[in-house]
Amino acid sequence: MRGRAQVTTASVPAVRLRSVSRYFGEVRALERVDLEIADGEFFSLLGPSGSGKTTCLRLIAGFDQPTSGSIQLHGVEAAGVPPYERDVNTVFQDYALFPHMTIGENIAYGLKIKGLPRTERERQVAEMLDLVRLPGVAARKPAQLSGGQRQRVALARALILHPRVLLLDEPLGALDLKLRQAMQIELKAIQQRVGITFIYVTHDQEEALTMSDRLAVFNEGRIEQIGTPADVYEHPDTPFVAAFVGTSNILRGSLAERLIGSPQPFAVRPEKIRLAACDEPVPPGTCSVTGVVHDVVYLGMHTRYLVTVADADETQEMQVVEQNLDASATDVMGARGKAVRLLWSTKYNRPLTRVNE
Amino acid sequence: MADTQTSKLTAPSTSPRQKLQRDLSNFFYRHPRLVLALLLAPPLLWLVVVYLGSLGTLLLQSFFRLDDFTGQVVREFTLRNYASLFERANLDIILRTAGMAAAVTLACVLLAFPLAYYMARYAPPRTKALLYLLVLLPLWSSYIVRVYSWKLILAKEGVVTWFFERLGLLWLLEALLALPGIGGPSLSVSTIGVFVAFVYVWLPYMILPIEAALERIPPSMLEASGDLGARPRQTFRGVVLPLALPGIVAGSIFTFSLTLGDFIIPGVLGNSSFYIGQAVLQHQGTAGNIPLAAAFTVVPIIIMAVYLLVARRLGAFDAL
Repeated sequence: MRGRAQVTTASVPAVRLRSVSRYFGEVRALERVDLEIADGEFFSLLGPSGSGKTTCLRLIAGFDQPTSGSIQLHGVEAAGVPPYERDVNTVFQDYALFPHMTIGENIAYGLKIKGLPRTERERQVAEMLDLVRLPGVAARKPAQLSGGQRQRVALARALILHPRVLLLDEPLGALDLKLRQAMQIELKAIQQRVGITFIYVTHDQEEALTMSDRLAVFNEGRIEQIGTPADVYEHPDTPFVAAFVGTSNILRGSLAERLIGSPQPFAVRPEKIRLAACDEPVPPGTCSVTGVVHDVVYLGMHTRYLVTVADADETQEMQVVEQNLDASATDVMGARGKAVRLLWSTKYNRPLTRVNE
Repeated sequence: MADTQTSKLTAPSTSPRQKLQRDLSNFFYRHPRLVLALLLAPPLLWLVVVYLGSLGTLLLQSFFRLDDFTGQVVREFTLRNYASLFERANLDIILRTAGMAAAVTLACVLLAFPLAYYMARYAPPRTKALLYLLVLLPLWSSYIVRVYSWKLILAKEGVVTWFFERLGLLWLLEALLALPGIGGPSLSVSTIGVFVAFVYVWLPYMILPIEAALERIPPSMLEASGDLGARPRQTFRGVVLPLALPGIVAGSIFTFSLTLGDFIIPGVLGNSSFYIGQAVLQHQGTAGNIPLAAAFTVVPIIIMAVYLLVARRLGAFDAL
């Protein structure tokens, strides 16, 4: 943005959304969202498709205008500021590389618009290609690169302008698992090296947990929870967050009443639960239910047990995940149909506030 | 397990007719190249024999000559016809036609682009369908009828003159018609009239390819350009135009070559100056000089070939 010099104090957030709504006709894409993202933060917008996270990103980039509310970039109101005057750059989901230009021309595009001389552009392009570990491809066309390489080029093209905020719209969505995991680590390393605020849109909760300093969980146009990955995972506020970020057993009704003395729903993570024999004594401070294993999913590193728990008039399915410390596939498969006792410490119970259901 | 599979494969073998059909399908399934050959044979026959064959004959004819006394075609190799293309009168015809084709193409691009851009980027689906219909609607009626309609529209007593008169701009029309070279006694007997009619009849052939090219540009491409600091004008020049260029070139191939070969519009609306199409018509018809007519028809082919080479050199097809 223009006039960035006077507002560089650390207390001014890089991006501030105040009560931002965006309606498309009758459809509420974003509903009164409040958000503050600090300078230099790796911040993820996490949510299923249609939850409003991409709309939020497009509002910050300036491709779209909010129906109501205010967006500030480094303390300056962004309303009416077109994308080409915002100190924000975007890595697009489809990379949006210009097919008629070489890789070098693509990366230098922003510098050329700024009017930098050719030699300077070429020097910076080479520098950027080194940063994204893709040297020597400047003369090629986008169509000659693989998906992962194009993704790096898109990143270099956005980073070369040294924006204060970089927006990434599911940039790893089109890559295969191994490459995605490698790129996650690399993106995080690049972010730490350049010190730029990254705002990262993803529907992949694992990706958001791996990379972010903080994240916001979106659902149906609203933010359900904002916090660090550990916060959001260990202390989910709402049933949606508990179910969307990782997996949770959400206990309610009479079962909840018997275990914690209140029918309010609460969550407990499958990996906090221990499978025990039915006759095993229950130590104090421990929740206990009994049930029958009706399915076993062997996942190599660990095993997921699906247990049908019947309590009074309610039947509920619960998941338990156990590390395969010394069990083999044939061992764990034998558990199907067995009656078991599920034990977990009461300190892992997470009461959920019912925001919406 | 194996039993059920075999019984499935050979299952309900009922009538011999069905068996024949199945055998035939299986035969074709196992010989995909044969299927390809059968599918391609008719269009290839048509293109190679009927189209390229006659084109080759035409080219051959252009190297024969007409005996001045007998009026018979003499089948001897000569470049005389091509030499005579460079005679003053013939060269005028070629340059006039090429100039008209270029002007018509340029006007078509300028008129077609905004409409195509609106159709590709902004029009809601129903409006777009309606616009498609409107663009194609003129092609439903006879070309000859439409050209003669323009004769009436552009006539001295026609609606265009009336319109200028009502606006008090008759002096402007008269000044236009007084221009040397392109003017004439009325719009319906002038080079301007020929130009207007050409632009009208070929415009749909320019709108559709440009629209198709613009539609293929992902919106994110334009957003990326703006995101990287380009103002709308810079985005247009740096991204939209280069990516639309294949469509513009495709459209201009239509407008250019169709104008080069047309003999009806200049005949109906023009003054007495000739265009290539008319020259061909006259030489092969009245004059019976088929070799010279053939040489004339080679001219548009050469012009188009040069045009495409230049377009390719300028990078018009890089985005394909």
